[in-house]
Amino acid sequence: MRKVAVIGAGMTLFRRILQETGKELSFLATKMAMEDAGIEKKDLDMVIMGSAPDAFDGIHLKGENLLDGAAAANKPYVRVFNGGGTGVFAPIAGWWHVASGVADVALVVCEEKMGSCFPHPQTAFRHIWDPFLDRPLNTNLVWLFAMEMNRYMTVHNIKKEDIARVAVKNKRNAVGHPCAQLPDENITIDDVLNSEVVAWPVQRLDISPPSDGASALILCSEEKAKKYVEDPITIAGVGWNIDSTMWTNRDLYFPRYVANAAKMAYKMAGIDNPRKEIDFAEPYDPFDYKELQHMEGLLLCDKGEAPILTREGVTQRDGNLPICPSGGLLGVGNPIAATMGQKVCELYWQLAGKAGKRQIPTDPQIGVGQAWGDIMQMGTVIVMKR
Amino acid sequence: MMSMKKEGYPKYAPGTHVSRKDIRNKNKTYTWWEPEVQYSWAMGPAISRFLQELKNGKIIARCCNKCDRVIVPPRMFCEYCYKPTDKWLYIKDTGTVETFSIAYLDGDARRIKDPILIGVISIDGASPQHGFMHYFGEMKPEELHIGMKVKAVWKPEKERTGAITDIKYFKPLKGGGK
Repeated sequence: MRKVAVIGAGMTLFRRILQETGKELSFLATKMAMEDAGIEKKDLDMVIMGSAPDAFDGIHLKGENLLDGAAAANKPYVRVFNGGGTGVFAPIAGWWHVASGVADVALVVCEEKMGSCFPHPQTAFRHIWDPFLDRPLNTNLVWLFAMEMNRYMTVHNIKKEDIARVAVKNKRNAVGHPCAQLPDENITIDDVLNSEVVAWPVQRLDISPPSDGASALILCSEEKAKKYVEDPITIAGVGWNIDSTMWTNRDLYFPRYVANAAKMAYKMAGIDNPRKEIDFAEPYDPFDYKELQHMEGLLLCDKGEAPILTREGVTQRDGNLPICPSGGLLGVGNPIAATMGQKVCELYWQLAGKAGKRQIPTDPQIGVGQAWGDIMQMGTVIVMKR
Repeated sequence: MMSMKKEGYPKYAPGTHVSRKDIRNKNKTYTWWEPEVQYSWAMGPAISRFLQELKNGKIIARCCNKCDRVIVPPRMFCEYCYKPTDKWLYIKDTGTVETFSIAYLDGDARRIKDPILIGVISIDGASPQHGFMHYFGEMKPEELHIGMKVKAVWKPEKERTGAITDIKYFKPLKGGGK
């Protein structure tokens, strides 16, 4: 397999509703990534699109609908999709296009428009359920995550305030992000703990917002990347793994599928001791407890230890293991697939020393990004190196 | 050549924010569509039998002889051993709360005043942590806890239709069950 480098990244504003169509958002993110890399459409061999459930946009064949905005007309093109896992899975698909030698330069675009769905994108989520047992109970997706959070809290005896610290950290981190939807430099733990109870133990400020947005990433064989960049940032390892559909037949306290995906990615990257070797991480944080659970799934600490590290300040941007320096989904927003902007583009910006106000001060060399999707069962992991 | 300057990326944030009010007040050009589509699913042998047994007031599982699991919801194949499951087995209508939520949000994300008590119940007689999602009732929200023993409350026989909702909810199990 060939080594694959990242040579450009872009993302749009993230907001509850953006005026631009999905196609136009794809164009804006792609244009920024092309400017960054110094390439044009003619330089792209292939295009990969990531976008989550069609039901949000109300447009089936969403990949087909978006392709013109993703510079894909008259090119080899594919859409990939595994729910929330897509933001890291799409660049993984881009990686294998280039690593295999099939493409020298591949563009990865991720798009989501959740603002088109009324009365709320949660209504579209109802279409993801098993129709026989789950749907007749009129299920809301937040219930499910509340149940997972409760199990995690109860097994490890975790206090809600130690989970709320994640929301505070990420919304504060997002202050330095120009695309951020919910940055808040003054937010406190009490704000989170006093916010509306949506589905106990989940409160309003434990949750990332629904968003419109797009992001883009340009991948290139390492050899060819030297034409564009002096010291390319490379993809050192990728991993993905999915657990059984039968989510009521497994213990929800630990995401073993994330651990499986992480082991696959670390093996490829030659990482024996992730706790020592990984400098920072962008675990998927659609809810604050998910960041903690995913740190554990990524084997960056023991099971149940992530809240303690958070309380001790280890996961702050200037801590020993910065977590979600981008501001994450909680601070920057959650246009499902387009969170590639925080989970993968941010790795690139941090490793290249280009993150500006968000820059980790300790000169990071290795970062890991992760997403989580389908129905609490999909783990997607990417390791990037300077 | 791209330089590794210390300026912040992304350098700008393209896109135009609009509010829901802008849409409602027709300040923006938009179109509206309400799909009219219906589905009917044949449920397959495993779930069909499971739901028919619920109509009889019973919970039934499938067994895999290889991994020794008693599986509920039942399936005709074991996803781990990847072979057909071997036999049907009636299990109890009592169980243990694995996890739960007290939901102030309905299926359409509308706020509700009286919370829905929802959770996962592992069913007695099935393998550990084998069960399904259902409602809880006949208890106060603050009584509900992980590890609580519960029992199914069935709809009257005439009202059962062969659906998961033939069980109304699970209530606290007191005094060791039936």
